Amino acid sequence: MSDLDFSVVLRSLPYLLKGLGYTAQLTAAAAVGGTVFGTLLALARLSSLQPLRLAASGYVNLMRSIPLLLVIFWFYFLVPVVIQSITGAERPPQIGAERSAYITFVMFEAAYFCEIMRAGIQSVARGQQGAAFALGLTYRQAMAYVILPQAFRNMLPVLLTQTIILFQDVSLVSLLNVTDFVGAAVKIAQRDSRIVEMYSVVAVVYFGLCFALSQMVKGLQRRIAVVR
Amino acid sequence: MISISKVSKWYGSFKVLSGCSTEVAKGEVVVVCGPSGSGKSTLIKCVNALEPFQEGTISVDGISVGDPATNLPRLRARVGMVFQHFELFPHLSIMDNLTLAQVKVLRRPREAAADKGLALLDRVGLREQAAKFPGQLSGGQQQRVAIARALCMDPIAMLFDEPTSALDPEMINEVLDVMVELAGEGMTMMCVTHEMGFARRVAHRVVFMDKGEIVEDVATAEFFGNPGGRSERAQQFLSKILQH
Repeated sequence: MSDLDFSVVLRSLPYLLKGLGYTAQLTAAAAVGGTVFGTLLALARLSSLQPLRLAASGYVNLMRSIPLLLVIFWFYFLVPVVIQSITGAERPPQIGAERSAYITFVMFEAAYFCEIMRAGIQSVARGQQGAAFALGLTYRQAMAYVILPQAFRNMLPVLLTQTIILFQDVSLVSLLNVTDFVGAAVKIAQRDSRIVEMYSVVAVVYFGLCFALSQMVKGLQRRIAVVR
Repeated sequence: MISISKVSKWYGSFKVLSGCSTEVAKGEVVVVCGPSGSGKSTLIKCVNALEPFQEGTISVDGISVGDPATNLPRLRARVGMVFQHFELFPHLSIMDNLTLAQVKVLRRPREAAADKGLALLDRVGLREQAAKFPGQLSGGQQQRVAIARALCMDPIAMLFDEPTSALDPEMINEVLDVMVELAGEGMTMMCVTHEMGFARRVAHRVVFMDKGEIVEDVATAEFFGNPGGRSERAQQFLSKILQH
């Protein structure tokens, strides 16, 4: 252990930062896309139209019952083949690992964000919808201006906590050979035979970022609690 | 203005309204009272279709509420409603509470909506509170804002669903004063309330409900002045509510 050489980290810093940048981008895109898609799913789950309700809850239960890694593989390896068989193309479409990762994470996270937003919508007093309707707002307007802003605000700490989990889960895309933060570290570690150094530094960075973020969420939670 | 005819409603197999009929003419103030669970809140919520009903018809200004072809948002925009628990939008400032529906539903320019909002806040004596949030106001102030919010839409009629029941006693009068003033201006009003003093002062008619039925529907003077002519249920209710 005496020959640990952390200079490898400094030397590969630009590459690592590029990986971290991709991880942050994918996390942000999945959080935003997942929240939007998840909110639509939540509205569908709370809809009075039964087919809509069943379709949405079927989707959510399916996504939540399959391990994330399997979903990643499924979208990367199988969906192109399925598209090929549907369209009758000669070759499966080349989606690419990075783009596939974006689609996968938005679709997967939407199931979790859906459940959070559903709880959020239900946390808004029932009378609020009545008051919005009584003023002549349509369902869409009542949701957009009255219910969802309150639901989102009530659930913001939970949404952010889920985003921190998502930030860690994104590392799984390195198994598709995508150069996210972990992927970049793995490649350097193997090239320079500096596995201990690289993996330690990556772990410390993850810990630092996630711990700082969760402290911020705690602070936010306190602030929201005071305002209400 | 508001015409309710043979309206019945069930929650599952439980009948909450049974064959209710009454009218509220233009400029008339009708107070609906009765013991809790008598269906009075449910009935008033049927008037602007916040609650569906299975039988009978309700029409507001000639438009059938229960007709699936009716544009409910448009109808509701013309009928003001005030709720027991105020239901101001807590994430919006008082001013935004007043302008939201004006801008989104009536398509009023934001400036005109704000002017209207301020004028009505002035009227309920809360002009200085425009920038605050609902949580910063007392219950009585919130309810006055709620009345102003409904009036911003220039309603043809106002529905009040127990507007003072959730208030501390010392705040009831500030809300009732606004309602009395409104009645004095000839607003068509249907009020579910236990405030018999208010009923006596401003109501033209009193509707008494019990167990989902309209038991009494008579002129105010007759309701209070001739207790002997009332049904037994109404007499019991009156003796309980007027004793304290």
